[in-house]
Amino acid sequence: MKSRYSIFSLARNALHYHRDWDQAWRSPEPKAQYDVVIVGAGGHGLATAYYLAKEHGITNVAVLEKGWLGGGNTGRNTTVVRSNYLWDESAHLYEHSLKLWEGLSQDLNFNLMFSQRGLLALAHNQHELRELSRRVNAIRLNGIDSELMTVEQVKAFCPILDCSPGKRHPILGASLQRRGGTARHDAVAWGFARAADARGIDIIQNCEVTGFRMASGRVEGVETSRGFIGAGKVGVVVAGHASVLAGMAGLRLPIESHPLQALVTEPVKPVLHTVVMSSAVHVYVSQSDKGELVMGAGIDGYNSYAQRGSEPVVENLLNALIELFPIFSRLKLMRQWGGIVDVCPDASPIIGKTPVAGLYFNCGWGTGGFKATPGSGWVFAHTIAQDRPHRLNEAFTLERFGHGYLVDEHGAAGVAH
Amino acid sequence: MTTQPYRLARGGRIDRAKRLRFSFNDRAYEGYRGDTLASALLANGVVLVGRGFKYHRPRGIMTAGSEEPNAIVQLGVGDRTEPNIRATQVELYDGLSAASINCWPSVEFDLGAVNGMMSRLFPAGFYYKTFMWPPSFWMKYEYFIRRMAGLGKAPDAPDPDRYDKTFAHCDVLVVGAGPAGLAAALAAGRAGARVILADEQAEPGGSLLASGETINGQPAAEWIAAALAELASMPDARVLARTTAFSYGDHNYVQMVERVADHLPPASSPGPRQRLWRVRAGQVVLAAGAIERPLVFADNDRPGIMLASAAATYVRRYAAAPGRRVLVFANNDGAYRDALALLDAGIGISAIVDPRPDPGAAIVAEIRRRGIEVLAGHVVAGTKGHGRVESAQVMKLDGDKVAGAARSIGCDAIAMSGGWNPTVHLFSQSGGKLRFDAARATFLPGAPVQAIRVAGAANGATSLQDCLREGHAAGAASAADAGAAGKAGDAPQAEPATPDEPAMPIWIVPSVKPVGEGGKHFIDHQNDVTAADLQLAVREGYSSVEHLKRYTTMGMGTDQGKTSNVNALALLAVTLGHEVGAVGTTTFRPPYTPVTVGAFAGHDQGDLLDPVRKTPLHGWHEIMGAPFENVGQWRRAWYYPKPGEDMHAAVGREAKAVRTGVGIVDASTLGKIDIQGPDAVELLNWVYTNAWNKLEIGRCRYGLMLGEDGMVMDDGVTTRLGENHYLMTTTTGNAARVLGWLENWLQCEWPHMRVYCTSVTEQWATVALNGPLARRLLAELTTDIELDPAKFPFLSFREGRVAAIPARIYRISFTGELSYEINVAPSHAVALWQALMAAGEKYAIVPYGTETMHVLRAEKGYIIVGQETDGTVTPHDLGMDWIVSKAKKDFIGKRSLARADTSRPDRKHLMGLLAENPSEVLPEGGQVVAEVKDRPPMAMIGHVTSSYFSPNAGRSIAMALIKNGRNRMGETVHVPAGERVIRATVTEPKFFDPEGKRLDG
Ligand SMILES: Cc1cc2nc3c(=O)[nH]c(=O)nc-3n(C[C@H](O)[C@H](O)[C@H](O)COP(=O)(O)OP(=O)(O)OC[C@H]3O[C@@H](n4cnc5c(N)ncnc54)[C@H](O)[C@@H]3O)c2cc1C
Repeated sequence: MKSRYSIFSLARNALHYHRDWDQAWRSPEPKAQYDVVIVGAGGHGLATAYYLAKEHGITNVAVLEKGWLGGGNTGRNTTVVRSNYLWDESAHLYEHSLKLWEGLSQDLNFNLMFSQRGLLALAHNQHELRELSRRVNAIRLNGIDSELMTVEQVKAFCPILDCSPGKRHPILGASLQRRGGTARHDAVAWGFARAADARGIDIIQNCEVTGFRMASGRVEGVETSRGFIGAGKVGVVVAGHASVLAGMAGLRLPIESHPLQALVTEPVKPVLHTVVMSSAVHVYVSQSDKGELVMGAGIDGYNSYAQRGSEPVVENLLNALIELFPIFSRLKLMRQWGGIVDVCPDASPIIGKTPVAGLYFNCGWGTGGFKATPGSGWVFAHTIAQDRPHRLNEAFTLERFGHGYLVDEHGAAGVAH
Repeated sequence: MTTQPYRLARGGRIDRAKRLRFSFNDRAYEGYRGDTLASALLANGVVLVGRGFKYHRPRGIMTAGSEEPNAIVQLGVGDRTEPNIRATQVELYDGLSAASINCWPSVEFDLGAVNGMMSRLFPAGFYYKTFMWPPSFWMKYEYFIRRMAGLGKAPDAPDPDRYDKTFAHCDVLVVGAGPAGLAAALAAGRAGARVILADEQAEPGGSLLASGETINGQPAAEWIAAALAELASMPDARVLARTTAFSYGDHNYVQMVERVADHLPPASSPGPRQRLWRVRAGQVVLAAGAIERPLVFADNDRPGIMLASAAATYVRRYAAAPGRRVLVFANNDGAYRDALALLDAGIGISAIVDPRPDPGAAIVAEIRRRGIEVLAGHVVAGTKGHGRVESAQVMKLDGDKVAGAARSIGCDAIAMSGGWNPTVHLFSQSGGKLRFDAARATFLPGAPVQAIRVAGAANGATSLQDCLREGHAAGAASAADAGAAGKAGDAPQAEPATPDEPAMPIWIVPSVKPVGEGGKHFIDHQNDVTAADLQLAVREGYSSVEHLKRYTTMGMGTDQGKTSNVNALALLAVTLGHEVGAVGTTTFRPPYTPVTVGAFAGHDQGDLLDPVRKTPLHGWHEIMGAPFENVGQWRRAWYYPKPGEDMHAAVGREAKAVRTGVGIVDASTLGKIDIQGPDAVELLNWVYTNAWNKLEIGRCRYGLMLGEDGMVMDDGVTTRLGENHYLMTTTTGNAARVLGWLENWLQCEWPHMRVYCTSVTEQWATVALNGPLARRLLAELTTDIELDPAKFPFLSFREGRVAAIPARIYRISFTGELSYEINVAPSHAVALWQALMAAGEKYAIVPYGTETMHVLRAEKGYIIVGQETDGTVTPHDLGMDWIVSKAKKDFIGKRSLARADTSRPDRKHLMGLLAENPSEVLPEGGQVVAEVKDRPPMAMIGHVTSSYFSPNAGRSIAMALIKNGRNRMGETVHVPAGERVIRATVTEPKFFDPEGKRLDG
C-alpha cells in the first residue's frame, strides 16, 4: 500500500528532505498474460484500469502505452469539464462523469485541482439564443444544473467581457453551468495511474501495440514493440489513433482524425474567474491556476496525424479572443500545440463491443473527452468486465452508425470542448 | 535623480548625448539612447529587479537577451501597460516606467519571502499531495494559490494601439543577423536571391555588437555597417531589425513579429505598434546563435550572478559595469575572454574559478599574467549576500564532491558559464531532430526535413571564422537551391584564432551538503525549479522528460526554459545513470519568445473581425429606422417600427398588411448559385431528394438537400434558366456551405461531370412582393411580362423589365400569398425598390423585415432549415415525404433514410402546438413533456422550434418536433417554462389558409 498524500505526510517527509516518497507508479516488465489489456495510457485508459480493479475486482490488468502515460490528448487538452449536453443519452453519461469528478481527488488521493468555477456559453444572435434556451431547458429537465443569463447578468458575472451592443457579434445572453469548470490535466493521468498501480495494475510505458492476435473471432492478445502479450480481453482507448488500431483488427470506424490546437498566454494575476466559450466568435478560454489564459477553438479542417495544426487557425482564435476580451490584446501568446482528436459523425463517442469477441473500443470523444475521463473509464470498465454495456453507454455503440440512432451533439462540439 | 555610478567612462554603443529619463519601481533614473532597461538599471547600480516566482527570493539580471528568466517587469501604466516584459529586451526611451512584478509590498521587502523560509514544505508538485481536505475547500485554497501565482497584471482597458500583419515571400530567409547571418544574407543576395534577414535585436550584428574582433581587417562595427550598406544596395534584400522569427511551420512558413514602435515612447508614432510577418521562404538559413548555459551551483540565483557573455555584453555594448569585483566561474575558455573584456574596461576580477584541473589555453596564461588568480579544479560551492551577491564559497572539486575547506571570496557579481546551447528552437519546430554531441556537450541540429540550413553558433561553431564561413556557405547554397545563378563572392575573413581547449561538462556543481539539504541549486530560475526538485521527481517516477517537465514545471515559464532545459535534460540523464542525450528532449513549441495577442489579430478586429455583408438596400432600411438582425454574415432588416411601435406592434401591422394588401421585403441575402453544363441536371438529381429531369425551361422547383446521413441540410428553389443552365437558391446562412458541398462532390467524387457552379449571391438583388395586391402593383411597372396566372403560373420564371430595369422574376412564395421575387442588378436595387414603394403607395404597400417573414411562413407551416431542423431531422420527420422521390435510383442521403432508426414511424415529427391560452406565446426552445412531474428529471418528448403571435390566425402559434407526433394529434402536452408549465395541444403545423388557396392572389 502506498503512503497517503496529505499535509501531514508532506510535513513528515520535509524532515527527511523528501527522500522517502514512494514512486507514484512502478515500471514493471510486461507479464506473458493478463486477464485484461488496456491499450493507451491516457486518462480514459488509466481510468478504465482503475475502475476494473476498484469496481469489478479485476486486477490482473496491464495498460500499454506507446509513449509516456498521459502524453496524448490527456496532456494536451484545455481541461474544460461540464455536463451541459443536449440529448438525454449524453447528458446522463457526462453528468455521471461530473459526479465522479466531484469526489475524485479524494478517491484517488491526488489533488486534481478540479475547480468548479462555472462555464459561460455565449449567444450572439437570435438563432443562438433559441438554441441556448432549448439546451438549458433540456438540461434542467434532466435534473442537471444550468441557467440562462441575460446580457446584464453576463456583464455582472464576467465584467471583463465586452458586452457593448454595437459589436460585430454582440453578446445577447448566455447559459451558465455553475458546476462546470476545469481540472489539472496531467494530475488526472497521474492520479489514476498512481491509484491503479496501487491496486496492482501494471502500467507499461514505451510499449506500442502493433497488432492483435485473434483466433476464431476472438482476441487472444496483442503484438507490441516489446513482444506478444496475451490477454483474455483487450480494451482499446487510443483517441486520435483509434482508426489505426481498428485497422489492425480489420475493423473500420466512422472516425476522422483531425488536429485540434490549443495555446496559452503568459501568466498574469487573476483576471478571468470562469470558463467562457463562444461559438459565433469561435473561441473558448479560461485562466489556469498558474495564471495563463488557456484557449482553443475548432478543429483544423484537414485530416492529419501530425500533432500540430495550421497557423491561420491560431490567428482566427486570437482575433476572436480580443473581440470578446479587448483587454487581452497586450497579453502574449506563450505556448502553442496540437493534439489529434477522433471525430465521430455525430460528435458522440463509441464505447462498447466490436465484432471481435473480447475486443472493446472506446473512442470518438473528439474535442471533448477530457471531461468524460472518469465516467468513460467507469462505463468502459463495466462493459469489459460484464461483456455488455452499462445502461449509461448503451446508446453509444458502433452499430448505431448502421441503424442510424445517432446522438448528434454537434451543437455541443462546435467550439465547446 | 541618481547619476549612473556603474556607467563606464568610455565605450559602448550608447549615445551619451541623448540622456533619457526613466523610472523603475517609482524611483527616477537616467540612461542613454542605446541602452536597454537592463543595461540602464545596471549602470545605475540596480541589481535587485525582481522576486522568484515560488520562494520570492531576490533576483537580478541574468542575461543580456531574449533568454532572460529573471528580470521580468511590468512595463508602462494604464491601458498601455504590459506584463512580463524582459528588461533585457526593452529599449530605453524617455519617460519609460517599469516596475517589478510578483512582489508585495516592494521588491526590497517582499512578504511572499516567507515562502522561502517554509520552502521545505513546497517541493516539486507539493500541491498534488495536499489541499484535498475537506473536499469542499479546494476552491478556497485555490483562491489564494491563484493570487500567489501569475506574474504581471493584465491591462484593465482595451488596447489603444494598432497592429499590422503582412505576408511576404522570399528565396532565402536568414534568421539572425550575427556574423553567420550577415555572411549568409550577403552571399545569397550577391547570388541574386530575394533575401529577408531578420534579427530580434535593435540593430543587426548579433554577437559582433559586443566584440573586439576584426573582419576583413575592419573592426566588427565597421564591417557590419559595410555589410548593411551592401544589402541596402541590393534590389531585393530586406533587413528587419527588432523582428523575431518565432514559429516554423510546414512548407517553410515562418512567422515573425516586428516590434515597429515599442522602442518609442507610447503613442508617439502614427504607425502600428507591431507587425506580424508571415513568410513563405524558399530556403531558410537559421543563424540564430547560441545561448550560454548557466552553472547549477548552490544559491546560483542571487542578484549579481549572471552569464559571463552577458557581463561582457553589458561592458562592451552598453558601457555598464555588472559589478566592481566580479568573480568568474566557468568551465570553458570563452569566459576567460569575457573576463578580459571586463579587465580591459577597468573592472576588477576577484578570481576565476574553473572546474577543469589544468586549463592551459593561451588566454588562461594571459589572464594569469594580468595578475588574476585562476583557481583550477575548483568550483563555487555556495554564495552569500542578500540583495546582491557578496561572496562565493570556493572549494576544491574532488570527483563529484567538493573537498577541503571553503574559501570565501568577496565579489559583487559572478559571471558564470557552463558552455553554450545552440539556438535550435526553429530547427526543431521545422521537424528536424537534434543529436547530442558529446564532445561539445551540446545538442546540435541533425538532418533537416525541410529546406533549412543551420549556420554559425546555432550549428555549434565557436570561432568567428567558422561562423562567417558556415554562414557564407549556407547563404550561397540556399541561393543556388532557390535558383539564383549569380556568384556569392568570397566568405568574409576573421583573424585566425587558436582553437579552444575542451570545456568540462559539469551538470551539477556539488556543495558541502547533499543537493536539496542546504542552499538551492536553481535550474529554472523563472519557475523556481531546483536540482532537488528534479531529483525528487525522478525518485517519484516522473522520469520521462515530459513528466519531469510537467511535474516540476521546468521550462514552462515565459522564457520557455532557454537557459534551463539543457541543464535539466542533462541532470535527468545523470540522475538516471544514462548518457546525456539518451533521455531525449522536450518539444520546442512555438512561439520562440512570447508574441502579443494583438499582433496576431492585426486589423482583423472590431468591424473587420468578420466583415459584415450588407444588401444594396441596407441604406434604405437604415433610413427607415429598421433594427437589424445578424443572419450568418449578413445584417438583415428585422422590422420597421413606426413611431411609438415596439417589435410586437410593428410585426403585427406588417404581417396583416401582407395578407390583406401588399408587402415588400429585401430577400437579397438568399444564396444564389449559378449552375451550368450538360451534367447540371444530374448534379441536381444527386443533391436533391426529388427528380429534376422533367423541369422545363422557365420553371422553378423547391428542393430539399440531405447530408449523407439522410438529415435535412438545406432547402431552396432552383429554376431552369436554359437548356443546361440552372439557378439554385439556398438559405442565407448556408450559401457558402452549400457551394462547398457541391464543389466537394464535383471535385472529389464526380470529376467526370461537366458542370460548373458559381456563386452569384451578390450579383443579384432580390426584392419580393407578397400579398393579394402584388399583381396589380407589378402590372403598373412592367409592360413586357404577362402577369396573368395562366401565362405566368406559380413556380415559373420570366425575364423582362420592371420600372424599366432589366429583371428576372420568379413566382415563388415563402408566405403562401401571391408573390413575385424580382431580381435585378445590385446597382438598380434602390431604384427598383423606390419605384415599387412609390407606385405601391395607393395600395398601402408595407415593407416588412425578417421577423414578419418568419411569422408569415410559420402561419403556413413552412420550415426554416436550422430552426425546424438541427441535423437530426429527415424529410419524413418534417412531413415532407412528398418531396422524396421513390423513383430515383439514388441521391445523397437515400441509403441512410432506409436505416432502421431513420425509417422508424415514431420518430420526432414536426407538429403544430397551440397553447391553451391563445394569447400565450410558447417559449422557443421550450421542451415538451407528456407528463409533468414535481421536479426534474422529466422525460422530454420534443421541443418548440418556432413560436409567434400570429396576427392573421389571431392567436399564438408554434411548431414543435414531437416524438411520435403524428400519432398524438389532439393530445395535450406541457411546456415547462421557468416556474410555470404551459399546456398546449398537438395539431397539424398549418395555421392559416391550410388549403393553399391564396397563392394566385
Ligand atoms: C487541444 C485539445 C483541447 C481539448 N480540450 C478539451 C476540453 O477542454 N475538454 C474536454 O473535455 N476535452 C478536450 N479535449 C479532448 C480530450 O483531450 C480527449 O477527448 C481526451 O483526453 C481523450 O483521452 P484518452 O485517454 O482517450 O486519449 P489520450 O490521452 O490521447 O490517450 C491515448 C493514448 O493512447 C496511446 N496510443 C496510441 N496508439 C497506441 C498504440 N498503438 N499502442 C499503445 N498506445 C497507443 C497514445 O500514446 C495516448 O497516450 C481536447 C483535445 C485537444 C487535442
